[in-house]
Amino acid sequence: MAEPEELQQDPIVQRLRAWDAQAVAEALDFRGECTIVVPRSHLRRVAELLAGAPDLAFNLLSDVTGVDCFPVEPRFELNYHMISIGHRAALRVRVRVHGSDPVVPSVTQVWPTANWHEREIFDLFGVRFEGHPDLRRILMPEDWEGHPLRKDYPVEGYR
Amino acid sequence: MSSTTINTPTGAARTMVLNMGPQHPSTHGVLRVLLELDGETVVKAVPDMGYLHTGIEKSCEAKTYSQAITLTDRLDYLAPLSNNLCYCLAVEKLLGLEVPKRAQYIRVLLTELTRIASHLVWLGTHAIDMGAMSVFLYCFREREDVLKIFEMVSGQRMMTSYFRIGGIALEPPPGWLERVARFVNVFPSRLAEYEDLLTRNRIWLSRLRGIGIIDSETAIAMGITGPSLRSTGVAYDVRKFFPYSSYDEFDFDVPTNTEGDCFARYLLRVAEMKESLKIVRQAMGKVPASGAIRTEAPGIVPPQREKMKTEMEALIYHFKIFTEGFSPPPGEVYQRIESPRGELGFFVASDGSPKPYRVKVRSPSFVNLQALPKLIEGRMIADVVACIGTIDIVLGEVDR
Repeated sequence: MAEPEELQQDPIVQRLRAWDAQAVAEALDFRGECTIVVPRSHLRRVAELLAGAPDLAFNLLSDVTGVDCFPVEPRFELNYHMISIGHRAALRVRVRVHGSDPVVPSVTQVWPTANWHEREIFDLFGVRFEGHPDLRRILMPEDWEGHPLRKDYPVEGYR
Repeated sequence: MSSTTINTPTGAARTMVLNMGPQHPSTHGVLRVLLELDGETVVKAVPDMGYLHTGIEKSCEAKTYSQAITLTDRLDYLAPLSNNLCYCLAVEKLLGLEVPKRAQYIRVLLTELTRIASHLVWLGTHAIDMGAMSVFLYCFREREDVLKIFEMVSGQRMMTSYFRIGGIALEPPPGWLERVARFVNVFPSRLAEYEDLLTRNRIWLSRLRGIGIIDSETAIAMGITGPSLRSTGVAYDVRKFFPYSSYDEFDFDVPTNTEGDCFARYLLRVAEMKESLKIVRQAMGKVPASGAIRTEAPGIVPPQREKMKTEMEALIYHFKIFTEGFSPPPGEVYQRIESPRGELGFFVASDGSPKPYRVKVRSPSFVNLQALPKLIEGRMIADVVACIGTIDIVLGEVDR
């Protein structure tokens, strides 16, 4: 899909591409919200840059959302919603992972708040986070089978 | 719910593990905290939740966009209208709908009343945790006035579902603004009463001052928002940073404090109630006496009742909206608002069908609770209650 011209001109997209040409796989715009799709291999470094560079300073990670696109592959989509309190800016970073290898590098070292968000996604989607200090279920009982927010998990649960 | 033992015990032979909750009045719901104690000092704290997990996000995927509104009431049950507002704004953003000004002002007015009601419950229950019984009764008396206003406009005291996609459910009944005016006129004196009872009370001060201190850097790193973040001096308020529902037309301040302790959080919530009152006063002046309360969007927003009796198309749209729903274009949005507890966010993804593909609730309680161990480790066990109280969690939205 061809990227719209104005997104290529977006300062954040340009900044990231100048830093590493591979850092932004795709930039999307929907209803005025900018989404930057980052390859899994780059997530950790992009996160460090976004949080650490003074001209970006996305210091508050609001939320991490998992989406299951079953049966489409890459199946899992993780959306990191972050804001910069200093610059009054909001950004969404997206990572896509294949269902056969649902592992994503953890960003808890960059934003400690990601700890529980990642545990929740592990619990409800079964996506594992590499380098997470304490990856265990958070909402479901520890002996629960399956990951309820996956699309192949029935709403009523397994009977 | 996770393991019953603390995973990484500090290993000292003299410590014991105390299980606080899930049935404990001061955990404000079904929160369980595992406390490793050395005498009366908390060495390690591990929050454990999920006892109220009802799968609201999963249920939303099986309902139409309009039906899911009723589920949002049940997240933060002390501020149902804030949840309604955030969800409706998210779906409206997805659809690209513009809501009439009159409905926007009514929404602002009612959500600010919600903030007052929610802070009153917080103040009352927190005071009772700290041993001040009478404040609880006074706070609930005033909260009842607010709930009666909600009942008047929506028919429900708590599970309001009053905000709908494209506007609000019903025309508010005549005389409702007089009711709001009565509350607004009497409330400042009541607020002064609570401050008389608490702010310089020696027991209150010694239970809260210097307890549960957090600095701004840690607070941001932990993702804390709302009064708890503002108590560290960071003036992050979504109403100012990313205005929604015409908040940019209102004149109000964002109170901050730099102490970062439990007492600062108490002072901030009291100050916020005063600011909310200011917004309510302005909104009362702005709400036009008549005008549209729902936007005109055939096939998405239900038509007016009268039109259905005379126009064929209106009747067809009504039937279609309530049987199969409406289908927003594929895409996803994230909408954030300032709920009484902090940044409330709804991520709504559409695949072009009449049911949301994914609804994710970024609940402020869930994120703020994560900082609890940082507040209480190394402190006395009695401070645990003060810290849980001033973070102000609602387990309905923690567990979802």
